[in-house]
Amino acid sequence: MEKIRALGRSGIHSLERLGRGSIFLMRIFGGFWSILKRPRLLIAQFYSVGVLSLLIILVSGLFVGMVLALQGYNMLADFGAEESLGVAVALSIVRELGPVVTALLFAGRAGSALSAEIGLMKATEQLSGLEMMAVDPIHRIIAPRFFAGLISLPLLTAMFSAIGIYGGYLIGVELLGVDAGAYWSQMQAKVDWYDDVINGVLKSIVFGFVVTWIAVFEGYDAIPTSEGVSRATTRTVVHSALAILALDFMLTALMFGDV
Amino acid sequence: MTDSAILNDVLVSVRDLHFSRGSRKIFNGINLEIPRGKITAIMGPSGTGKTTLLKVIGGQLRPDSGTVVIDGQDLGKLSRSGLYELRKRMGMLFQSGALLTDIDVFENVAFPVREHTDLPEALLRDLVLMKLQAVGLRGARDLNPGELSGGMARRVALARAIALDPMMIMFDEPFTGQDPISMGVLVDLIKRINDALGLTSIIVSHDVKETISIADYLYIISEGKVVEHGTPEALGHSGSEWTRQFLDGLPDGPVPFHYPAVSYQEDLLGKQKGVA
Repeated sequence: MEKIRALGRSGIHSLERLGRGSIFLMRIFGGFWSILKRPRLLIAQFYSVGVLSLLIILVSGLFVGMVLALQGYNMLADFGAEESLGVAVALSIVRELGPVVTALLFAGRAGSALSAEIGLMKATEQLSGLEMMAVDPIHRIIAPRFFAGLISLPLLTAMFSAIGIYGGYLIGVELLGVDAGAYWSQMQAKVDWYDDVINGVLKSIVFGFVVTWIAVFEGYDAIPTSEGVSRATTRTVVHSALAILALDFMLTALMFGDV
Repeated sequence: MTDSAILNDVLVSVRDLHFSRGSRKIFNGINLEIPRGKITAIMGPSGTGKTTLLKVIGGQLRPDSGTVVIDGQDLGKLSRSGLYELRKRMGMLFQSGALLTDIDVFENVAFPVREHTDLPEALLRDLVLMKLQAVGLRGARDLNPGELSGGMARRVALARAIALDPMMIMFDEPFTGQDPISMGVLVDLIKRINDALGLTSIIVSHDVKETISIADYLYIISEGKVVEHGTPEALGHSGSEWTRQFLDGLPDGPVPFHYPAVSYQEDLLGKQKGVA
């Protein structure tokens, strides 16, 4: 009996959090106009959320592309199809690895930082302080961070994909000797703009939305103690990672499942 | 001055306030009135919800029942924008100062002015320097909040709270954890600024001596109710043992030294359930 009760409690608790998170999201969208009036707030967040994540994204992208080329070359060589290396690298990155790995890295790098920053602002009463100065913290603090994350992730994904494909080129063409013309021309012929590129971009927009929403909500909803903030940060990374992978499966099924 | 003379012009009135957190009742029918232009202190032991009371008055927490009327406006009936308009005329000094840590002292004081007015930069600079001068920290304008001592942070927060010339300021434990000099500075500042600007101040504190030295009126709350109220002189002659224990800081009295427990002897002999 006690177990059923606990199950019910945790169910109600999760639903309640989801409800609060949704109301919170509505209020963030309500803050959109106040950002348009003061783009400076958004630009500052682009820097800390987007620009500061660049290095880890670019380095990871390069290595992912290089590894794909090494592995792909060995496999394709067995069938005498080394020329298709460009297609294999590009499709894997543009459709899957680009959006997913970028989003996972983004959750670890920027999402956790957002949760910790907002949680600490709550713990040090800065958010209450803003409210008492008649400044809505959701408009002033949360909304710029949310929109910066939402816009940064697709851009970072594009850069990850570009440098990943270049990493594949470095290994495949420069090191393993695949013909450069075949690498690029097959890629150009087989990668479809709408089916592959746009679908990848759509994925990254969905991931950007979910990861940043989780990050800012966990920070805002954190229990204002050092333990509470640390738990919120952990939850951001764990929930984001699970959400990214689950959503990726669903999106892939919708986008590519009917082939 | 008599009670009625002080209480004939009321700025904030709290009526029959009930508030609970989870299953724990914090306020059980609190009534109080804050006179305009005076310093009113709300005192009581730790954990009686003094800070919660300030948050209810500031509209950050909604009471379960009861009304809070500030300058004729009922908080419960105000819309969100109405509440924000009212808050522009209220300042609050948090225990930690609650300064924004990513901008310097000058920008912190300028913050509410920038948010709510369109003053030209030159005028804004003069205004901020005047407020910083009033708290004696004009020279610290370029420091970051992290470089300030606790007392200095509270003085900057005070400068920020008076930046928009509010009608009232709420102080949450302004004296806690201060060395004697910063304590003296803060006590003096609160008194001087209240009188010079014609503010209404509400101080929540359990530092009895300092608070009584500047307060015009006292409320003592405990266990969710107002236990006693009056001018400091009147309460100084209070007949209530509880009030005497609180104001004089006696270790034992109606509030016992020992947390409720089974008898000492039984406990040591291990007769408690599960031990023997």
